[in-house]
Amino acid sequence: MSCHLRHMLGIEPLTREDISFILEQSRPFQEIQKHSLKKLATLRGKTVALAFFESSTRTRISFGTAASRLGADSMNLQAESSSLRKGESLIDTVKTLDAMKPDCIVMRHASSGAPHFVQQHLQIPVINAGDGTHEHPTQALLDALTILDRKGRLEKLNVTIIGDILHSRVARSNIQLLGKFGARFTLCGPAMWLPRELESLAPLGSTIRRTAIVEDAVRDADIVMVLRVQQERLHEPALPLEDYVLLYQLTPARLRLAPPDAIVMHPGPMIRGLEIDPAVADGPQSCVLDQVTNGLAVRMALLFLLIGGSHDEVKEALHAAD
Amino acid sequence: MLLIKNGRVLDPTSRTDAALDVLLDGERIAQIGAGIRAEDAEIFDASGLIVAPGFIDLHCHLREPGEEHKETIESGTRAAARGGFTAVCCMPNTKPVNDNASVTRGILERAAAAASVRVWPIGAASLGSKGEALAEIAAMKVAGIVAVSDDGRPIASAKLLRQVMDYCNSLGLPVMDHCEDTSLSAGGVMREGPTSVRMGLRGIPACAESIAVARGVQIAELTGGHFHVAHLSCRESLDLVRAAKANGLRVTCEVSPHHFTLTDEHITGYDTRFKMNPPLASRADRDALITGLADGSVDCIATDHAPHDAASKDVEFDKAPFGITGFETALALALGKLVHTKKLELMRLVGLFTTGPAKVLGISRSLAEGAAADLTVFSSEHEWTFRAADSASKSRNTPFDGAAFVGGPMATIVSGKIVWKR
Amino acid sequence: MRVVEKSQLMTAAEIDRTLSRLAHEIVERSGGTAGLSLIGIRRRGVPLSQRLARAIKSMDGSDVPVGTLDITLYRDDLSLVAPQPVVQSSDIPFSVDGQVIVLVDDVLYTGRTIRAAMNGLFDLGRPKRIELCVLIDRGHRELPIEATFVGRDVQTSDTEIIEVRLNEIDHEERVMLVERVP
Repeated sequence: MSCHLRHMLGIEPLTREDISFILEQSRPFQEIQKHSLKKLATLRGKTVALAFFESSTRTRISFGTAASRLGADSMNLQAESSSLRKGESLIDTVKTLDAMKPDCIVMRHASSGAPHFVQQHLQIPVINAGDGTHEHPTQALLDALTILDRKGRLEKLNVTIIGDILHSRVARSNIQLLGKFGARFTLCGPAMWLPRELESLAPLGSTIRRTAIVEDAVRDADIVMVLRVQQERLHEPALPLEDYVLLYQLTPARLRLAPPDAIVMHPGPMIRGLEIDPAVADGPQSCVLDQVTNGLAVRMALLFLLIGGSHDEVKEALHAAD
Repeated sequence: MLLIKNGRVLDPTSRTDAALDVLLDGERIAQIGAGIRAEDAEIFDASGLIVAPGFIDLHCHLREPGEEHKETIESGTRAAARGGFTAVCCMPNTKPVNDNASVTRGILERAAAAASVRVWPIGAASLGSKGEALAEIAAMKVAGIVAVSDDGRPIASAKLLRQVMDYCNSLGLPVMDHCEDTSLSAGGVMREGPTSVRMGLRGIPACAESIAVARGVQIAELTGGHFHVAHLSCRESLDLVRAAKANGLRVTCEVSPHHFTLTDEHITGYDTRFKMNPPLASRADRDALITGLADGSVDCIATDHAPHDAASKDVEFDKAPFGITGFETALALALGKLVHTKKLELMRLVGLFTTGPAKVLGISRSLAEGAAADLTVFSSEHEWTFRAADSASKSRNTPFDGAAFVGGPMATIVSGKIVWKR
Repeated sequence: MRVVEKSQLMTAAEIDRTLSRLAHEIVERSGGTAGLSLIGIRRRGVPLSQRLARAIKSMDGSDVPVGTLDITLYRDDLSLVAPQPVVQSSDIPFSVDGQVIVLVDDVLYTGRTIRAAMNGLFDLGRPKRIELCVLIDRGHRELPIEATFVGRDVQTSDTEIIEVRLNEIDHEERVMLVERVP
């Protein structure tokens, strides 16, 4: 089953079939991570532009490595050294990159909707590596691949997400993805980060309930996703961290309230001792390292799918029977 | 002399709704009656059309002085004429802010030279609209302002609002407040609700507006002054205004066409042509506003025409400035959303564009012998499509580009002259 | 563009006899089955390699390891193949180090598929020797690659195509010579 993927702006527009296809296409790339020689020439000659307007180490390195393992080159734009500091608009920055003819652009930006805006101005595929508080589709895909490996299925899982849900693009993308497979979500965190409108995010066939009590949230969970706590947030008084640790840190005792086969996930980077107890982060239920490896596989698969072929109509090659 | 023949005259002041001819002589309406003959007059055949007193827009931004790349008095008033407006009240958030008599005079001089319709400036409440010291309101009144506002922003504090309302009460000027509690709205770019949560955009809760409206209502009670709510957008605010009126307070309000037409659900694909302040609200709010327009709780329709050049709107949603244009689509939207749907009568609609704003300004606007020869001629049936590219405004930031309408302005007459016709 | 059948090159019975003969040749040349593995190239090399393994088992009694290799990631002509390429997993559940690997495919033509397959094998390890077994060799090589074991040599022109149809994939069993006509 194939899908005509042109961009990866978010999970919301994808169907279950699209998602299953991408995950299935990620399998050979998981395999490759086990070879001693991990480099392919599949995308040799292609260039991936990495435009990270919000600073990020892990995601940028993951995409860069994915490109390089497929034999592609990358162009690197980093927020710290970017011309945006000098007042250049997003559209001019992106058009400058585009003039150097990359085959696709991977972008992360602090404004929700920035990749949608950029995609209207460019011909090449755009991959969203995180836009504001809207979506982080590759994170949800790598989370799904991890869940598939550990749980054997994506259907009808009990998924608990703990943290600042309101401002989390990781939470939104995961809700979109697992929701399409009928998940039952429990969102947990301090009340100001858990508005009632979050309940309307659930895709058809899935449910969302909210609770401020973490002990209640983890009961019956198949998956416990812990989100990062952002200490400084614009326009809002910061939450006292001691309060957060007291009420929401995922400790071994709290994890024991969940079924013994529940898995613990974190999009990273983790702050040990803040949102997650080190014993849990390093424990047998934790999948964080698998998430990272799968991140590479998923991103390689996406690059392969988006720029591996040609998007022009082609006559069937006579060699096709080869 | 201009003779408007065969039209259907609608005048809310006298409640006239009849097939009558109207003869204009210079700046005054000379005669109204059936079958008028006038040999020297230019004839305008208004068969099938409605002839109303000239429309007034209580709230718009002409951007001159200081931002002429977005709009000028000349281009803005041309667009206003195409919308059927004979008079527009321009807000003071120009560069420099209209906070003293010389800026006011400058605007009026420019209007005398280049405007297609009457320009009635609104003066700032505070110097620079900074919310600290009072602006030169009395001097501006002499120069010709018709109201006071710090629009663009709310009047900065309750204490300042009290001072301004006391002062303006003694001067006979209404105070128009852009009602917004900025601590609640800070950083917000659209209405807080399921759509903002889904799109990952920071939201502005409805109570950011209604809290400021409540403030204004109580200060109106304290001072006895006239408090006018600019661009009212949510049902909580409307309930407060309704209750204030029932209590005999001098509280009035206006609603913009986009707020009784669109909702936050219309914002798709992060399109900045749907970004304005106050933002598009929920369906319940929209329906409440329509009820308020019908039952008299809302005094008038005002466009809040806010032009922006293409480059400033062609950015990420977060960064785009608030505002959309509105002169040329206002009447058509009102006809479509309010009259064709039978929510209110044509006479009431005309009132919302004429006697409603006139009452806020403390003037009269009627189609009567001796009154000013400002008329708006429109059709409730003419089918047309609005194209932003054809707009007389310098700016194209409208969500209604390509919209098909039934009914719209057909001719605008100011001071006895046709300044625009379709 | 349509496809016109020109002639049938092999019947089901002929395919079967040829595979049997190839199995014997493979075992004979290796002096037995020790250290021998078969790897079928997707798609039709796969059922062929499985049949060869079964034939070897029935003559020799030994189980020769069989793997599957997907060469999509190693092709040099990915953009020409389809607007949307699709990759499948390879499945080689044994080490290739020090093994004699017999690559199995249905048709040998330009040699590019085999070049890609060898790249794929070398990513997995260091075989002792690689040999190639094909059902049909149709000539027109573009790279210096030859098959060790050939079912049948067939002369073809550029516009002709050899279509191998196997029960496991096509639900019929024969080899056809077809032509593209405009």
